[in-house]
Amino acid sequence: MNFEFTEEQLMIQQAARDYAQRDLIEDVIERDTNSIYPAKHVKALSELGFMGMLVDPKYDGGGMDTISYVLAMEEISKVDSSVSVIMSVNNSLVCYGIENFGTEEQKEKFLKPLARGEKIGAFLLSEPEAGSDATSQRTTAEDMGDHYLLNGTKNWITNGNTAGTYLVIAQTHPEKKHKGINVLIVDRHSPGITVGPHEDKMGMRSSDTHSVMFNNVKVPKENRIGEDGFGFKFAMKTLDGGRIGIAAQALGIASGAFERAVKYSKERKAFGTEIANHQSVAFKLADMAVKIENARNLCLKAAWLKDQGKPYGYASAMAKYYAAEIAMEVTTEAVQIHGGYGYVKEYHVERLMREAKLTQIYEGTSEIQKIVISRQILNEF
Amino acid sequence: MNILVCISNVPDTTTRIKYTTDQKEVDYSGVQWIINPWDELALTRAIELKEANPALIQKITAITVGKADAEPTLRKALACGADDAIRVDASGVDSFYTASQLTNAIKDESFDLILCGIESSDFNGAAVGGMLAELLDWPSVSAVSSVNIENESVKVTREIDGGKQLMETGTPSVLIVQKGIALNPRIPSMRGIMTARTKQLKVVPAVEAAAQSHILTFAAPPQKSACKIIDAENLDELARLLHTEARVI
Amino acid sequence: MSVLVYIENRNGKFKKSTYELVSYGSRLAELLGVGLNILSIGNVADDELKSLGKYGASHVHRLAADMSLDDKSFASIISGLAAQTSAKVVVMAHNLTGKAIAPRVAIRLKAGMVSAVNGLPVLVSPFVVNKKSFSGKSLVQIEISSAIKVITLSQNTAGMVEKPSNVIVEDLPAVSIYPATRVLSTEVQSGKVLLSEADVVVSGGRGMRSPENWKPLEELAEVLGAATACSRPVSDEGWRPHHEHVGQTGKVVAPNLYFALGISGAIQHLAGISSSKVIVAVNKDPEAPIFTAADYGVIGDLQVVLPKMTEAFKKLKSGN
Repeated sequence: MNFEFTEEQLMIQQAARDYAQRDLIEDVIERDTNSIYPAKHVKALSELGFMGMLVDPKYDGGGMDTISYVLAMEEISKVDSSVSVIMSVNNSLVCYGIENFGTEEQKEKFLKPLARGEKIGAFLLSEPEAGSDATSQRTTAEDMGDHYLLNGTKNWITNGNTAGTYLVIAQTHPEKKHKGINVLIVDRHSPGITVGPHEDKMGMRSSDTHSVMFNNVKVPKENRIGEDGFGFKFAMKTLDGGRIGIAAQALGIASGAFERAVKYSKERKAFGTEIANHQSVAFKLADMAVKIENARNLCLKAAWLKDQGKPYGYASAMAKYYAAEIAMEVTTEAVQIHGGYGYVKEYHVERLMREAKLTQIYEGTSEIQKIVISRQILNEF
Repeated sequence: MNILVCISNVPDTTTRIKYTTDQKEVDYSGVQWIINPWDELALTRAIELKEANPALIQKITAITVGKADAEPTLRKALACGADDAIRVDASGVDSFYTASQLTNAIKDESFDLILCGIESSDFNGAAVGGMLAELLDWPSVSAVSSVNIENESVKVTREIDGGKQLMETGTPSVLIVQKGIALNPRIPSMRGIMTARTKQLKVVPAVEAAAQSHILTFAAPPQKSACKIIDAENLDELARLLHTEARVI
Repeated sequence: MSVLVYIENRNGKFKKSTYELVSYGSRLAELLGVGLNILSIGNVADDELKSLGKYGASHVHRLAADMSLDDKSFASIISGLAAQTSAKVVVMAHNLTGKAIAPRVAIRLKAGMVSAVNGLPVLVSPFVVNKKSFSGKSLVQIEISSAIKVITLSQNTAGMVEKPSNVIVEDLPAVSIYPATRVLSTEVQSGKVLLSEADVVVSGGRGMRSPENWKPLEELAEVLGAATACSRPVSDEGWRPHHEHVGQTGKVVAPNLYFALGISGAIQHLAGISSSKVIVAVNKDPEAPIFTAADYGVIGDLQVVLPKMTEAFKKLKSGN
């Protein structure tokens, strides 16, 4: 057992922190208020290698481990989760999926530009009538011999408009139910794709969320990942890893709010002393710290298992569930500690609270995570 | 052309400084170490110059005087883009000691330009660069806020009291740099961090050098008395207090 | 044996800081029981040199050389005179020149050096001085153990004591030096109060909101005869030039009066102003950390407060 980070992991954490605290913090409130896509930051983080940090260097990635990824996600999410969600989707869903299950040709053609961050990926699973339930896909990919014909609508797609490369989950053989599902790599600019309006969200307002409509979109056969019918398995395996990213994001939202609450409570005075000296506030801080430490340990454990090549679906579901729940609790308390100031945008914590809410919902709601966790428990014991 | 960048390993500038109970040493437990801010800007500028003209600048070397715990800082310099690094295995005592160690460590190397930050954020000595130049018997320019290299001519801007001067110096030279030399310090990229694994970090033993000064005690600066709040509607009161109480206008 | 003080001039004139340095040298020489020698390089008239007598200067060495000497030549001249006058301590100002030259002088004289010394030594035998370290977060006492010492003095830390003396001016023989570094052009800020020399500094932060809002700040500075300055974010944004940036990585200032307008008071900024005698802060956020460093505070919107403040000082200055 060893709780020490390596020098390299610390360097990555510091790099992410430096970028977040120096550059990303600029205009974050304005980006959130006006739903401005953080194009400049996506470019800068791509140049620093964060957009493809988990990808093998031979495909132009950063070759870093999942622990480093958790540390980087936490730092970026302390400041702006609209940016970290782009990083998470690109790294742990799109790049991960192509790198682990794609052909050599697919990696050359699609993975490399994604790893360099020249193109950003989107993962198209959710549908208007199938959010967390991946089995009931309505989008169809009809087998036309040398290509698939894609029809249907996807919802809540992060990077929906800005992405260059889509990974689309669609049903080819409805009679085979989830075993008939495929995953296709689709060029965002293929004829027949319509991107819906930007979703006006409660939080993570500057990430680019859209619905995407497919109307007879032709996708070459060689763009299918894996065997015919591999799509469902692909989605499940990829989402296992994606959960680590979102767990780390939730962790960052919580620790970002916590750091602000600590600082504020040491500056703000009430009844003749800094409010941190009031036990009601100090105890809140203690509770927040314990929760954050637990969430961090769960995230790192899941990341470690993944890096060791061990099964991590159970651990990542726990991390995602717990981190999202405590992010909501911790940010709510951080707003409370800030009092009236916490309710105005200038102090950041209300934004973090709005961001926290989404981590309980996307990439598998907290309820779905509990299903994953409880099924595993009931299978084992 | 080869550039040497001298780096000091210092506590993060937001660190709260604590002392040992006898007040004779700084308690460094829990301190986050960073590259001295001015040195970091010097390194960034050196890297920018090399990127702009890789044919002219072959190599950037980062050097520090410190024990093994200073190596993460050097490795960060490598990750940022230095080509190799030297650590002189010694703990700094005073500026003279550090400058002597640096001089010795590079005596068999051939550098054309040495960049040093104007001071370090820990002991604020503001002396190592100038001492190094004198020990090497090289020309130096201090308070440098921009540097450009054209062939063998080094053009720099230095700050002077109430203005600035454009200067020219040849090689070799020591440039003692301040703010403005680079806009923002370089953040290492994933690729940089990865390639730093294979870059050389040479450890050089310390030489005998007698420090000429040493710190006897540390103390916290005196506490300021509480801030007197003046009503924003009554600024004549502020003027009056500054005149009659503080006697500064 | 003596104390040697190196002084600078600007267009043949001395500034307040020069007299402070001379007064310091004079008191230091007295503490050590040795004589005082002053070195002035550049074209300075006899009368100006004799004005140093008010603060204890008696023996002034003038080298009427071109001021565009390189650092090496400067160091050689200073260390040469130090050797000739058997200087025990060489004193320079802790400014751009001091930072550039004092380390070279120290090496030439095999002297221990401490920069940015605060005030007179605590002890002269052993020779112990005070200085700030960790950018003002700590005070240290340092012993210099070498026979000869070089120190640079932090401005406004020693005060001035009058000690009228007769001044003998001695011209040093001209030196011919081929400078290793060349000045191609010089750009001098004209007409404005220099930040490094100012008794009053008016400084603006991000709370000023936009570069257009600097006009009222400049008006206040004019009324007070103050230099203008800014915090780091302001210079990073390009609202104000870099040379106005006060803070840990920018300039460290020590005026009698420092106005922090719309500056929240990050620890790095405080590092640059902690030696100011009096700090006045104006901020709309009553919890801004600048108020912990300030002596006087005004809570309010600068758009409203600043013009009123200027009016109040105008009134005071006009004697009403």
